Amino acid sequence: MSFIGTNNGQSMGGGLAAPSAMRSEGVRVVRAGFIPLVDASVLIAAAEFGFAAREGIQLELVKDVSWANIRDRLAFRQFDVAHMLAPMPVASALNLGSNPSPVITPFTLGRGGNAITLSVNLYRRMQALADLTGDEGALANAEALKLVIDDIKVRGEPLPVLGTTYPFSSHNYELRYWLAAGGIHPDRDVKLVVVPPPMTSDALSAGAIDGFCVGAPWNMVAVAREVGRIVAVKEDIWPSSPEKVIGVRPEWADSNPETLARLIVALDRAAAWCDVPDNRRELAQVLSEPRYIDTSEDILHRVLLGRFTTDPDGHERTVPDYFSFHRNAANFPWVSQAQWIFSQMIRWGQVAHSPERQGKVATAFRPDLYRNALGPRSDIPVEDMRVEGGHRADGFIDGAIFDPQNIPEYLKGFQVHNLETRVAGDDEV
Amino acid sequence: MSASLSIMVFDENRIRASIIEEGLREAGHDRVVVLHDIAGLARQIEQIQPDVIVIDIETPNRDMLEHLFQLSRSVRKPIAMFVDSSDSSSIEAAVDAGVSAYVVDGLKKERVKPILDMAVSRFKAFSRLQQELAEAKTALEERKIIERAKGILMKSRKISEEEAYSLLRQTAMNEKKKLSDIAQSVVMAAAMLGS
Repeated sequence: MSFIGTNNGQSMGGGLAAPSAMRSEGVRVVRAGFIPLVDASVLIAAAEFGFAAREGIQLELVKDVSWANIRDRLAFRQFDVAHMLAPMPVASALNLGSNPSPVITPFTLGRGGNAITLSVNLYRRMQALADLTGDEGALANAEALKLVIDDIKVRGEPLPVLGTTYPFSSHNYELRYWLAAGGIHPDRDVKLVVVPPPMTSDALSAGAIDGFCVGAPWNMVAVAREVGRIVAVKEDIWPSSPEKVIGVRPEWADSNPETLARLIVALDRAAAWCDVPDNRRELAQVLSEPRYIDTSEDILHRVLLGRFTTDPDGHERTVPDYFSFHRNAANFPWVSQAQWIFSQMIRWGQVAHSPERQGKVATAFRPDLYRNALGPRSDIPVEDMRVEGGHRADGFIDGAIFDPQNIPEYLKGFQVHNLETRVAGDDEV
Repeated sequence: MSASLSIMVFDENRIRASIIEEGLREAGHDRVVVLHDIAGLARQIEQIQPDVIVIDIETPNRDMLEHLFQLSRSVRKPIAMFVDSSDSSSIEAAVDAGVSAYVVDGLKKERVKPILDMAVSRFKAFSRLQQELAEAKTALEERKIIERAKGILMKSRKISEEEAYSLLRQTAMNEKKKLSDIAQSVVMAAAMLGS
């Protein structure tokens, strides 16, 4: 799979070398906003290891602190492109959230990276009630949490408070999906709040929250600080779930087609490089720098390899695909996955279903731009949509299968939902 | 002017927050609440029911506000919006300056704009102030390093202070470098040579 045409043929671990030749004509500056998370690796690698330069792009990375800022600074042209949560372009297509403005994505930055961590105390209570040994799967953990919540209600104690990152985030929908699979209603049986990921360990140890679902490395950091217990990772909930994407203003994509195509090529090469296990030490080194994630290189390296310590007692777990940056079409923006995100927004009462809205959602993910930039290649899907969750490697935690052609029917299959909650201003579209 | 607006300012930087608060009071707004700490923000919003929330965009807690507004939307409370989305030039100026404002739906744009404009100009004034401070600090550091370099040269080459200074200046001119850079090199070299 070595498709980086370096001139000197010099190769690093895994046969993928950082590029040496550079496209000389017309260097273009692209300013990209990002949040310091491991799932920004492809963007960071493109800037740091020469992949962008080789395509004639000077990639300027600008660190930011909140997704709302990323959204606004992209809208107001302080950024050309941005590291974004996959649900953000979908929310913008649906006009949801404060200050929505048009955003599309031609490129997914990969899969994986999230996990659900509970406080050690809450987990101890689950162990006591459900006889957990510590090696149970994600679904058993959710069911054990359900037992604890039932007990909490009987005793009249306050409901657990769980943190996510943003109302339109994969974390929000994944945490809800996991809770609901265990029979827990995310709006009635627990209290969901938003906590900035770097603050999750502190919030957990201070007792401000009882758990959270955020991206790497913050789950592992909470375990290392002996305040948290990882009970599920993204792969347990839905392995194909897209995590972060490159968000682009449609107007910028239209007026800079060549730059966008070069950027996609650079990101594709960087993603392939990031996927090689032997390159991940070097990647961890760069990510650990203060201008990026500013945390322990060792934790970052273990996170990148999917080698977890799940609790302070030292339980270990290895998730080989904890990060897929490139393989199995990880960068392909599946329209069916945008529709799945839409289905979860409907499920939790953020928006109502309509064929018009479904049509708008389909314009948020742009596989056509991805294909145009990379040309025909055997590893690029020919379809834009597929049935999600149909294969074992792609299964949802509750065994549901998502057919994007029939969202209302799919939603009828869920016992736990907020479908009855009608959203204010629902008839506008 | 009809009933005054209730304004909440959330800024973890106390100095900046007080600069904004002062500006708002000068402009005749007497219902201003300033918060520095995210703890209890949701409860405060519920209690105070501000018409406008001005927030510094350097805080990662902005995403928490987005969540709160999404929640209140689903329980049919007033919808909070980022100013009036039709007034993009205001938002753009705000984002540029590093401030955001959220207003409760239904409030007229004309009433919010002066508040936002004021916040933007205060934010800019604050960053100018910070820059001046940083520059003053750098100038002081540079003077100190030049003094040290002079001292080293005077001692090692047994020359006068004026001679040491002109040696530094001449070298800077020859090398096309800043005087302070040359001084820095002298100090570093001296440290490495153990003199």
